[in-house]
Amino acid sequence: MNRQHVGVLGVGQSEYVTRRTDVTFPELVREGALLALADAGITMDEVDAVVFPLAPDALIGVGNGERWCVEALGASGKPFMRVNNGGATGMSAIIAAWTHVASGMFDVVLVAGADRVSESGSAQSVLNKMWDVGYERPVPLNTITMLALSAMRYNHLYGADETDMARVTVKNRRHASLNPKAHLRTPVTVEEVLASRVLAWPIKLGDACPSSTGAAGAVLVSERYARAHGLHPAWIRGIGQNTETFWMGDRVGPRSVSDHADADALAVAFQRAYTRAGVTDPGRQLDVAEIYAPFSSVELHVIEAAGLAAKGEAPRRIAEGHFALGANGIVVNPSGGVLCSNPIAVTGVARLAEATLQVQGRAGAHQVADARTAVASAIGGDHQFYSALVLSDDLEEIA
Amino acid sequence: MTTIPAPAAGGPQFYEQTWDLSYRHALGETTSAFLGALAERRILGRRCPACGRVLVPARSFCDRDHVDTTDWVEVARTGAIEMFTIVYEPFRNLPAPPYALAYVTLDGADTALVGYVRGLDLSDKDAAVAALAIGTRVEVGFADEPQGTAADYWFELPAGG
Repeated sequence: MNRQHVGVLGVGQSEYVTRRTDVTFPELVREGALLALADAGITMDEVDAVVFPLAPDALIGVGNGERWCVEALGASGKPFMRVNNGGATGMSAIIAAWTHVASGMFDVVLVAGADRVSESGSAQSVLNKMWDVGYERPVPLNTITMLALSAMRYNHLYGADETDMARVTVKNRRHASLNPKAHLRTPVTVEEVLASRVLAWPIKLGDACPSSTGAAGAVLVSERYARAHGLHPAWIRGIGQNTETFWMGDRVGPRSVSDHADADALAVAFQRAYTRAGVTDPGRQLDVAEIYAPFSSVELHVIEAAGLAAKGEAPRRIAEGHFALGANGIVVNPSGGVLCSNPIAVTGVARLAEATLQVQGRAGAHQVADARTAVASAIGGDHQFYSALVLSDDLEEIA
Repeated sequence: MTTIPAPAAGGPQFYEQTWDLSYRHALGETTSAFLGALAERRILGRRCPACGRVLVPARSFCDRDHVDTTDWVEVARTGAIEMFTIVYEPFRNLPAPPYALAYVTLDGADTALVGYVRGLDLSDKDAAVAALAIGTRVEVGFADEPQGTAADYWFELPAGG
């Protein structure tokens, strides 16, 4: 087995919506698989192994839903694994598939899955269950309060405010209005975001992602397979992962290593991906960033972790019009990002899918002009599991 | 067997379910000792012999140095707010809003403890936010009859402060 470059031969996404009543969950998963296979121009027969992203069982109300979806993925008779890494699930599945191919073990690996978050009205109750049973459960932490704590601390440390958060939503909603697959496609104004109801201060409804239903998939192939068949996939040039401590209370105070206001551990994941890809100046060398940010506030510190702005500088850069479609330099979340579509299990797959479309010039109305390189990232757990990858349209050195 | 026309499309069907699962989790010696001390209105931490940090709530090992913590330390019932949020949105199966949550580094501790902030009028959001600004000094309040659970304590602004 020789170590292989890994290509993205095809990607697929359904439209992201609140609810689908025309399909069962496995049928929705199959939709993601078939869209990815069709885009890759192959059938189930060419697939060597399948990696299935699926977030916590209780979110879809099915115990070990991977069992239910084997046929939908054409996985009978093939190696199969489920990956669950919270919000990072989709990208962790991509990275598992990358490892399958990069090792030389497999030539064609399918990643496909789905989510239907809105079928349970109890998502934040489910997500509350991730905190420590002895110490933290009596307090109603959930993913919204977890990130509200981060947002208020970020604003305090860097002099940012709710208007800075709102500008992220305004940018992403405008992008999503150009993306026919996005869930929240109605443009909004800063005033409308500021006037939306408070969920957990400083996070308001206008700062929050929707509960999305949808499917996504990708086909990863080895360089030898691509060459043997004369194919031109997008290439994963580098991956990076990192992990943060479980305890949010350890991320504050004078002896903390990283601050809950920031995403320092994610910065390390980005740096690992950049080093492997040969990226030394991401803001100049990369054209697109499809970064995981389910709340407006999160995009601010992820932009900084990605090396696209110094700490505390993202609000000013966004206010000046940077990172938006049409602006000079790297565009952040041209699809509208997670803020406009969050089918949790496959949100990380969607980041790869969008990055792939961008570097191949196939993104349609939300295409970044002349894009050839992209970075994608994901976050899972209690802002804890981080992954990033760099993509380009060829295997030339990234200049 | 004959092929028939596709059945007329009715409305979509749904299957409704509720998960009601029961667990009785063992909390281990260290967490149990911390909770037991709450019943005496004391907050305990554990010191890491390598980095010297006092971890509150108490943990049996240091995640940074990967060694067992050695000493029990009693920390103060006063401290400073590191971060907070005020929840105004109802979430199913979680308490009715509004409520305030904060992470507070108690004096003598090196990490922050999470808890409710009680005794503050949350109906005026801006005033409540200002009252809880990062760095604000708070005290630990205890239930009249603490039961030895993490629900025994909360944070409150000092009287007259």
